[in-house]
Amino acid sequence: MTCLPAAKPGQKKLGLVIDLDTCVGCQACATNCKEWNASGHSAPLPDFNAYSAGAEGVWFNRVHSYEAGDGGAGKTVHFPRSCLHCDNAACVTVCPTGASYKRAEDGIVLVDADKCIGCQLCAWACAYGAREFDEDEGVMKKCTLCVDRIYNENIPEAQRKPACVVTCPTGARHFGDLGDPESDVSKLVAARDGYALMPELDYQPVNRYLPPRKHVVPEQGKPVEDAPTPMDIKSGLLRWMDKVLTR
Amino acid sequence: MKPAGSIVFFTVASGAGYGLLFWLGLLGATGQVAGSAGFTLVALVLALLLVTAGLCSSLLHLGHAERAWRALSQWRSSWLSREGVAAIITYVPAVLGGVCLLTGAAQAAQVLGLLAAVCALATVYCTSMIYASLKPIKEWAHPLVPAGYVVLALFSGACLLAVLLALAGQDATVPALQALVFGGLAAALKWQYWRSIDTARPIATLESATGLGRIGTTRPLDPPHTQSNYLMREMGFRVARKHAVSLRTLTLWAGLAGPAVLAALALALGGALAALLRVLAALLAVGGLLVERWLMFAEATHTVTLYYRGT
Repeated sequence: MTCLPAAKPGQKKLGLVIDLDTCVGCQACATNCKEWNASGHSAPLPDFNAYSAGAEGVWFNRVHSYEAGDGGAGKTVHFPRSCLHCDNAACVTVCPTGASYKRAEDGIVLVDADKCIGCQLCAWACAYGAREFDEDEGVMKKCTLCVDRIYNENIPEAQRKPACVVTCPTGARHFGDLGDPESDVSKLVAARDGYALMPELDYQPVNRYLPPRKHVVPEQGKPVEDAPTPMDIKSGLLRWMDKVLTR
Repeated sequence: MKPAGSIVFFTVASGAGYGLLFWLGLLGATGQVAGSAGFTLVALVLALLLVTAGLCSSLLHLGHAERAWRALSQWRSSWLSREGVAAIITYVPAVLGGVCLLTGAAQAAQVLGLLAAVCALATVYCTSMIYASLKPIKEWAHPLVPAGYVVLALFSGACLLAVLLALAGQDATVPALQALVFGGLAAALKWQYWRSIDTARPIATLESATGLGRIGTTRPLDPPHTQSNYLMREMGFRVARKHAVSLRTLTLWAGLAGPAVLAALALALGGALAALLRVLAALLAVGGLLVERWLMFAEATHTVTLYYRGT
């Protein structure tokens, strides 16, 4: 059913917290995402012209780079963009077949590829560009939050996290239950003033982004003019007078 | 947004078909069209052919057309599903009405015709809401979009009915007047719509899309990929500004005002020349609507382009 599950207090909301302060834009998350998901829940992820000009394909994670601010306060920010597993997911409610759904138990938004008719309306409804159409298979694909890893008892417990999270070399990606205010990710969001993207659309994303930390600005105040040293006085006569008078 | 030929044809053809069905039902029930049962039947078949051709065309847009039946299941939340359900329900009174016409049950045919008219209008409204309910596309999530779809369907339907009546050698005064009224209304509506979307504030900015507005003005530096992708092709389609202006003018004058004027002229002249003018008016209207619908897609902008282009 493409109606959204009713909101419950204490509802589990699995999601990502992405730290824009530490992300270095290395593309490892995007690469490992592609690697895992090319044979995972939504496999295959097609590539077209893979070995020639115009190579492209379906990816669940795209890392953009932006410049924000000007002058000394300006920053270069690397910005990974993927599905935010919204609470108010329009991509789910517009689906005419029930192929798109939001799981009641953990809030993950998924596509049932066997029911998808490939109308692409969900991709139009997603404000964040999280859904990419598999033009080879004729069905919609999207981030699964690695639903086939996080509950997978066949892999070591430490690896039961989304592929993008386990691979991030700078620890910029965190995974957890954002519905629980006591979880590590929720505390991190609270401590670092984490925010949701495009709040004006009221899609209520679960994922949060942590803003780049502010520059450490040195003590503000008028710079103190250094007193001239004797060597700043070019004339020998004046230097001698300075010496006598300072005595 | 990339204009998909299959959807442009679908909305124009089924819109005209439902418009024709609406006028047949309404004017038939109120006795304002003095067409014979045979004429009404031919017009009904034509309307259903247009609708069916449109619906078939919409299947071409799907990745899995053989699963299209599944789209009837989620009418509780999805306007696309509601449209599918409404489209199928509309066939029931329309076909039954046709059967009554064949068997000479005139009164039952009138009641079923009215029912079909209501269903036809509801289907067009559902189609329009598929677009109007998409918040990331500000040119579609606009209050004048549903009104535009409905008015344009009624306009093209009236043009078609006027042609059919004229070709059958019958009095086409009432539908010609409707074409005149709805052509004028559609022109005013589209003009107001274009003025409104040109001055509308963006629904979001790169600053809010990334949250980097807290640092300052934000601009794209490096793209995430060097080649194109589905998002850039589907959502990133842009029509050149100068083409948009000339296509708008074409829609307004050749597609809407033109047929309305020709309809008025045909009313004044009468006779064989009037029939010719009405055919011309209907052709212009359909051509204008194809341009209008193409433009509806081509001018629409999606918030995902903020991430790629910053605007």
